[in-house]
Amino acid sequence: MSWLETFRTGFNGVLSHRLRSALTVLGILIGIAAVILTVGLGEGAQGQVTSEITALGSNVLTITPGSSTSSTGIRQALGTASTLTVSDVAALSNPTVAPDVKAVAPITSSSETLTAGSSTWTTSVQGSTPTWLTVRGRTVAQGRFIDNQDVTDHGAVAVLGATTASELFRGVDPVGQAVDVNGIPMTVVGVLTSTGSSSSSSTTNPDDMVVIPISTGAERIFGGTTRNSVSTIAVQARSAGDLTAAYQEADHLLLQLHGITTPANADFTITSEQSLISTATSVDRTLTILLAGVAGISLLVGGIGVMNIMLVSVTERIREIGLRKALGATPRVIRRQFLVEASVLGLIGGALGALLGIIGATFLPGVVGNPITISPTAMVGALVVALAIGISFGVYPASRAAHLAPIDALRNE
Amino acid sequence: MTAPALSAPPPRASAGVVIELERVTKVYRTGSIAVAALRGVSLSISEGEYVAVIGPSGSGKSTLMHILGCLDTPSSGAYHLAGDNVSRMSEADLAEVRNRRIGFVFQQFNLLASMSAWQNVELPLVYAGAPRAERRERAMDALARVGLAGRVHHRPGELSGGQQQRVAVARALVTEPDLILADEPTGNLDSVSAADVLRLMDELHESGRTLVLITHDAEVASASGRVLGIRDGLLTENDERYMESIR
Repeated sequence: MSWLETFRTGFNGVLSHRLRSALTVLGILIGIAAVILTVGLGEGAQGQVTSEITALGSNVLTITPGSSTSSTGIRQALGTASTLTVSDVAALSNPTVAPDVKAVAPITSSSETLTAGSSTWTTSVQGSTPTWLTVRGRTVAQGRFIDNQDVTDHGAVAVLGATTASELFRGVDPVGQAVDVNGIPMTVVGVLTSTGSSSSSSTTNPDDMVVIPISTGAERIFGGTTRNSVSTIAVQARSAGDLTAAYQEADHLLLQLHGITTPANADFTITSEQSLISTATSVDRTLTILLAGVAGISLLVGGIGVMNIMLVSVTERIREIGLRKALGATPRVIRRQFLVEASVLGLIGGALGALLGIIGATFLPGVVGNPITISPTAMVGALVVALAIGISFGVYPASRAAHLAPIDALRNE
Repeated sequence: MTAPALSAPPPRASAGVVIELERVTKVYRTGSIAVAALRGVSLSISEGEYVAVIGPSGSGKSTLMHILGCLDTPSSGAYHLAGDNVSRMSEADLAEVRNRRIGFVFQQFNLLASMSAWQNVELPLVYAGAPRAERRERAMDALARVGLAGRVHHRPGELSGGQQQRVAVARALVTEPDLILADEPTGNLDSVSAADVLRLMDELHESGRTLVLITHDAEVASASGRVLGIRDGLLTENDERYMESIR
């Protein structure tokens, strides 16, 4: 008997028990759709995190004070020391010692209360230099940014984020207006272009902030033990490809400046957006694996459903099997027929599940607010898995059918 | 491509003899209990014969039918079907013998409900590997021969019992088998349909087919040319006594 005839017989077997076949297919369908959607959801979340972090600037290194070791050998906690200074910034800005560094922005910051007329608003105030704008990849919507003159003169000028500006001045053009920062009167010289960030937290919303000259901040606002210390140094590499070189240059330079011989004792930490991305994606990947595992179990249940139905089918069609054997079907032909039926069920379930997955990926993001990425690999994989489930769970029922004795099968009433 | 079923039958050891049973026994074992259903049956049936095997239930007639039909193998003894020793064949080889040499007609018709009449008839040819066009043509011919040319596309559920049994007869003769084996073919039919099917059997006999009819009904058995009685697993040639006793 040819394969073509076997397939025709198998298809007829599936079609002649429509309701039962449909219910079996449903089990596979739900399993496959669940796997496709959870994997798609995980991949979508990964993509979203990556693109959000990339928007911060993929070629930027952030240097923060690390733990320092005192002369007695006691290591202090991370971030407690103010080990970074303006001289570090000056050295990093030198193109001969750090040729792969394009721009350096020292940043000091604290949360302060701003007053303009009757409006009061508490937000993050960052003291920095004109290079902040390029390093952070921002632009000015109105007025100007702080310039070198402001830094030299300790100028009482401030540039507001879009949200801060609208909260303080509500419709009035803020440029030229006066604002009190922690009681110190300053003049608004510009407003930053909105990034459109939806974050409501004042610590992470890049539109809710104020930038003032670093000198003014150190002198009049932040105070502190040493006027020369900075809380963060943002270093921009020439390109994303030069990031590693810039990292090594900054690391080497700072170790040298701080007189540290053992890199393990470094009193600063350099992080790149790359390391943030890898941390974030590894978290997402773990979640995806977990979800896909749960979905995989539902697929297994679907497979057991196929086996169950095939066993019922063998018992129910015992006369048909007996007759086919009497008419000359060998055990091999019978086994093939039932295997084809099982794999047809698996394949139809897989195809419909993939279809449901695509439909879900189109409409679900509007409901749950998360993007779902469906890869062709996942699609093909799902179909292969569905077929494999059909075949592997069909083997046992098929061999049971194949080994029925024709007389026992025919005798059955 | 010529279907294997179409090729000329291989030369036979003893020409003209279709069935040759030599001291065939069949013992069924259920746990420690052994039941002898056939206790040494010897039998020879020649080509073109119309033989009825008659016996009450429990006489071993179903067992004999299973062995003659290669649906089961004897516990001891030898069975030659058209010259081939089929008593020690593998299951796959037996399937091929059934396919090529034997046509079955069952009491329950045993037609597949999801298929039309002609698809049921072509089924043995499917397993023989015959090409599609040829299968259809031969199935149509066989149906025409049993007088159902107008009902080829009907499903079993749309046919009367007599018509269904005629479809089954068409299926039995479509492969041009050496032997047609009918197990109580009239058992599920009213007397008119039964007479109809027996007339069909007569026609097949007249056209030279070898027929073995298994029944418990003496009237049915009397349609044949040779009556064999079976009782307690033993065969008696022309069992007049039994025929008398039930008359």
